[in-house]
Amino acid sequence: MPTTTVRPSSPTDAAARQGQGVSMIKLTIDHCEVVVPEGTSVLNAARLAGIRIPSLCYLEGVHVVGGCRVCLVEVEGAKALQASCSMPVSEGLKIRTATPKVRAARRTVMELLLSDHEGDCQTCVRSHDCEFLAEARDLDIRELHFTGAKHRRIIDQSTPALDRDSAKCIMCRRCITVCSDIQATGALWAQDRGFECVAAPAFGQMLDRVACVQCGQCAAVCPTAAITEKDHIERVWAALSDPAKRVIVQTAPAIRAGLGECFGLPAGSLVTGKMSAALRRLGFDAVFDTNFTADLTIIEEGTELLMRLKAALVDQKPVALPQFTSCCPGWIKFAEHNHEDLLPNLSTAKSPQQMFGALAKTYYAESIGCRPEDLYVVSVMPCTAKKFEAQRPEMNASGFQDVDAVLTTRELGRMITQSGLDFAVLPDEPMDQPMGMSSGAADIFANTGGVMEAALRTVWCLVTGQPFPFEKLHVTPIEGLEGVKEMAITIPSAVPEWSFLQGQTLKVAVAHGLANAEKLIAQVQSGQKAYHFIEVMSCPGGCIGGGGQPRFTTNEVRRERMKAIFAEDEGKEVRMSHENPAIAALYEGFLGAPLGEKSHHLLHTRYHPRGMHH
Amino acid sequence: MNGCGVCSCGGPASDADLMQRLDETIGQYQSVPGGLIPVLQIAQGIYGHLPEPALLRICSGLNKSYSEVAGVVSFYSFFSTEPRGRHTIRVCLGTACYVRGAHRVLAGLKQALGIEVGQTTPNLQFTLEVARCLGACGIAPACMVDSVVHQSIKPNQIASILQSYE
Ligand code: SF4
Ligand code: SF4
Ligand code: SF4
Ligand code: FES
Ligand code: FES
Repeated sequence: MPTTTVRPSSPTDAAARQGQGVSMIKLTIDHCEVVVPEGTSVLNAARLAGIRIPSLCYLEGVHVVGGCRVCLVEVEGAKALQASCSMPVSEGLKIRTATPKVRAARRTVMELLLSDHEGDCQTCVRSHDCEFLAEARDLDIRELHFTGAKHRRIIDQSTPALDRDSAKCIMCRRCITVCSDIQATGALWAQDRGFECVAAPAFGQMLDRVACVQCGQCAAVCPTAAITEKDHIERVWAALSDPAKRVIVQTAPAIRAGLGECFGLPAGSLVTGKMSAALRRLGFDAVFDTNFTADLTIIEEGTELLMRLKAALVDQKPVALPQFTSCCPGWIKFAEHNHEDLLPNLSTAKSPQQMFGALAKTYYAESIGCRPEDLYVVSVMPCTAKKFEAQRPEMNASGFQDVDAVLTTRELGRMITQSGLDFAVLPDEPMDQPMGMSSGAADIFANTGGVMEAALRTVWCLVTGQPFPFEKLHVTPIEGLEGVKEMAITIPSAVPEWSFLQGQTLKVAVAHGLANAEKLIAQVQSGQKAYHFIEVMSCPGGCIGGGGQPRFTTNEVRRERMKAIFAEDEGKEVRMSHENPAIAALYEGFLGAPLGEKSHHLLHTRYHPRGMHH
Repeated sequence: MNGCGVCSCGGPASDADLMQRLDETIGQYQSVPGGLIPVLQIAQGIYGHLPEPALLRICSGLNKSYSEVAGVVSFYSFFSTEPRGRHTIRVCLGTACYVRGAHRVLAGLKQALGIEVGQTTPNLQFTLEVARCLGACGIAPACMVDSVVHQSIKPNQIASILQSYE
């Protein structure tokens, strides 16, 4: 584990604005002249100048409220100390960041926060990456001058994905902002007031009483252990040491671009081979890839789209369009709570995780002569909502819960650390077959726009019989961090089977972050926009920015992870899902045809309206 | 005559009537920025308190999450999610009243009503609250029933004060 906690507030976005026609501001920070783009905060200007001002509540571009006051600085000419995170630079400003007055004030702020915090750091799950502890350490606080009551303790283990402990909450309110502004969900809000005030669901009730989608973005931004993923580590160790169980593991595409960060590697380190080696050393009997069923998802979901288009265009039947992707369980739960009328539009295809589970306990179990009840399926996901998804009652196509345990990237990192493996020196090892085989199209499921790009690659090739007309196969208009992306592509010629699509213009859109999805849905429902196919991912950046990824995920980190994923894609011999030979073999030897009876039973599902609760 | 017994409203309104009045209110404030607080106040006027079905209706009508609305309700002490009595008794526990026996008045009221501070009698007649200085220190100990101040109360007067509101 790294010795310094990675903290979120990198000045990268401010730096990125430089040279984009923004005027530059000159100011002085601790006797150094600094020139930064207009609109930069004093805090970021200092960081660009190599001075790290402590911060706790600040989240660049998301939560800038000046609430916690640990980022105080002295401003020449101003009487009171100022919160540097929410103070924009101005010409000629003179800032002092480390005077005795500043240091004393910051310490007082921190001591007050520490005094009502339940600080059992030695046994706390966040001690290796706790921002709060790191700031206290950097301020060199050795003594607490205040004693008093601790923050009210509400332990909430009501949901499958997340645990809450309000005694660890420092009321920075990041989770509240993320849940409402980024995820349009508002499951957490400040309840009560004064000392009693907590970031919690309605009236301090349990999280399962509100429309939380289990995305874990709150846990990803929480500086402390107040919101964490539900721990599945112990149950996985137990299965691994059970001689009666055969334990296999699947790894989502985003893990290979994130796991390295748990061991201090820079963001964007691709660690596919080391990850396989580590999993084998942890004792898994087979190391497989969720990518395998990502390719399968493209075949099933792509065929479903073509069938819907056929029904609409040829048979003139009423059919729900646009089709929405269904890989993201947070988005599915969001739709079930808020968009009952859209449920027929969701692809019925299960997510790759659940397709894998269903096939593992049928197809794979049969092939190795193992009873499904003796097979234990573990997923490693960048996501907390996958923990929720795995326990949905629909997800037992094999007659048993198809996926038994779901580890986040962070939990896998902790297991590797617990077992004493030196990750950096592990060799690169391949995954096992057949469910470890995948195309590059499966890799890019990790990035926002990736499922759509993968689908377009295959649909284009199947329908036109022509090569995919994009440089390096990348559909750049739907890649990147823009919140809503769209594109239209006209089909010039079609093979006989799909001749009705000849001359048609296929319109697609992509949204990541549920607030962006909400905007897109409003445009579609008002008739302002029309599409055939829409990809929605709950987490900003897609799964590479998932709620279970190593902390801390800034936009810069997102970009690095996305690059790594594209590199993985480009390095593959097979770049299209329908060219994955293991998938062809699966259809030939087991499934039959896409959308066939076996597929229907194992690979597709239904959705249920949920209302405001549960 | 089948009135509610207190006013000329024509009798207790049905749940559907109340919901309709709530919907009208929501409609009026739907596009007003900062409309949540007035809607909650009017809703509390309609129902006497803020029951969960009314809150959920407000959430969907104003397109706000239940947690956000609950956050606002729990921030302001004048909102209540529990049914309230027809009359609110507020016993002053300010310094002047306290030294002149307010705690005995409070104990007497608790006993007479059979409820704790913050609770409402089962027949929904009284809600018991405490206050800090009603600005009537000269006539301490004081308490307020709705908007009427009762002064220099002795525990043995409690029964007759309550009776006058039955
Ligand atoms: S949340 Fe941080 S400061 Fe609090 S107990 Fe855990 S490690 Fe310590
Ligand atoms: S998991 Fe997602 S929806 Fe639930 S409280 Fe956290 S941010 Fe909000
Ligand atoms: S739960 Fe975490 S993110 Fe939310 S207010 Fe508390 S400390 Fe901040
Ligand atoms: S980081 Fe600036 S006020 Fe919290
Ligand atoms: S102390 Fe009771 S009225 Fe002032």
